[in-house]
Amino acid sequence: MPDDKKLFKVTIDNITIEVEPGTSILNAARKIGGDVAPPAMCYYSKLKGSGGKCRTCLVEVSQGSTADPRPMPKLVASCRTNVMDGMVVKNITSEKVIDARNGVVEFLLINHPLDCPICDQAGECDLQDLSYEHGTEGTRFEFVRRTFEKHDLGPYIQLHMTRCILCYRCVFAADQLTDKRQHGILDRGDHSEIATYIKQSLDHDFIGNVIDVCPVGALTDKTFRFKNRVWFLKPQDAHRDCPRCAGKVRLWTRGEEVFRVTARRDQWGEVEDWICNECRFEKKKASDWVIEGPTLISRHSVISAGHYVGMKMPREPLPEVMGGRKPKLLMDIHSVSEVNDPNIDLSKIEGPAHSTDFVNKG
Amino acid sequence: MQALTSRSKTVERKPMTIWERLYIPAIAKGMSITFGHIFKKKPTINYPEQTRPFSPVFRGLQVLNRDEEGRERCTACGLCAVACPAEAITMEAAERLPGEENLYREEKYAAKYEINMLRCIFCGLCEEACPKDAIYLSETFTAANYSRQSFIYGKKELLIPHPKLQPEAYEKAKGQRVKR
Repeated sequence: MPDDKKLFKVTIDNITIEVEPGTSILNAARKIGGDVAPPAMCYYSKLKGSGGKCRTCLVEVSQGSTADPRPMPKLVASCRTNVMDGMVVKNITSEKVIDARNGVVEFLLINHPLDCPICDQAGECDLQDLSYEHGTEGTRFEFVRRTFEKHDLGPYIQLHMTRCILCYRCVFAADQLTDKRQHGILDRGDHSEIATYIKQSLDHDFIGNVIDVCPVGALTDKTFRFKNRVWFLKPQDAHRDCPRCAGKVRLWTRGEEVFRVTARRDQWGEVEDWICNECRFEKKKASDWVIEGPTLISRHSVISAGHYVGMKMPREPLPEVMGGRKPKLLMDIHSVSEVNDPNIDLSKIEGPAHSTDFVNKG
Repeated sequence: MQALTSRSKTVERKPMTIWERLYIPAIAKGMSITFGHIFKKKPTINYPEQTRPFSPVFRGLQVLNRDEEGRERCTACGLCAVACPAEAITMEAAERLPGEENLYREEKYAAKYEINMLRCIFCGLCEEACPKDAIYLSETFTAANYSRQSFIYGKKELLIPHPKLQPEAYEKAKGQRVKR
């Protein structure tokens, strides 16, 4: 290390680490990794100015710095508080923090509809994970939850304002990725909502990234809407030569069908490379992509359920035993089953399937 | 020879006495036991006409439940399918169109829902996984059949009758286990 750069020593949950001055507590904790890193619903390291809204990353600072070892009087938002030399931070070792975080989750869930069985984000939703960790089974909220009509933001993006937790990530993403932001937060306080003026559609080559930054299912991909559940799909890393973006994506496939294209996410659920709308919404064929291999998914994630990694197809013994003759009694499941018809690619339907789609196909 | 267990008994092979060789008393004794059963309570029932009450934990054929207004509860969330250890359940979801609110409870529903009864092991995990009280293991058995094709149960077979239009059939299909 060069001498001119003085590193700050911070202790987070009894683990000491040296970080550069100007690092936030959250990023210092992420350097340690694991459970020490506080959860973040609104902070996004790739979006300037994000953070400080959701309060899930609250931590206790039990010693301000070596120079001033007094503890901070209140819990602080770790995404917006920078480290000081000799700072001692308590995250999961502090009961106060856990208690406060439970309270924050309760607040976040006050207006959340908890319609996870319908929501396309289920299985990869930050709020779902957070409420599994910190949420209570019931609610103490006795009033009517605020509800909104669902909106179409352009041909590709569906807005479910009811699910929104007002993290502002999509606003920052639109500000920083596109030259003209067309949506924002309207109204104040309890009435505030993500909206465009009079259902204006969002059209910009990179606007699809607001889907990826949304921590909940408020902004979802309309081309994937209700097509399948994420845990039945196989995530694969793929790339293509794209004139606009890096073209490095994650394909969510089932067999040969590409159901959804998203950007690749790192271990904190943050997008690695922003991808353009063409890659995201229009390249729904496996032949459009060069597949690099299956994405590593945490064993504890529901997305890894039912994936047979490294499975070898067993040898088919019947033709061998029967001298090359094919068995007469084998049942082809597709001759009976109406689901997963090999002739129908659900992924190719433009929006969500409707009853009319199924009637036409018989 | 050393006995393999402590419970073994040596068989006596004495010649029969005259009383035993007559056979008539033994036959009379046997017949008295046989005819005695005529007057005892029957342990069997005449099955198709009579049925026994089901155990409260009985797990039979699945039904897809409807709510009080007859709307389908299933939203095709896929939790039953991911919970199913036999991988018997598959489904395809669709979005509810305006005007279909009386058919489906939520904006998403299972357009197709299939259970492969050849695979199903009646473990009841689908019922436990269901967040919408939509699937229940009822008090009926899967009908026997000659062809394997007939064991792929779709929504036509699984969906419970409409509670308003066919209240009797609904009550019968619901049985005692299904929550209202």
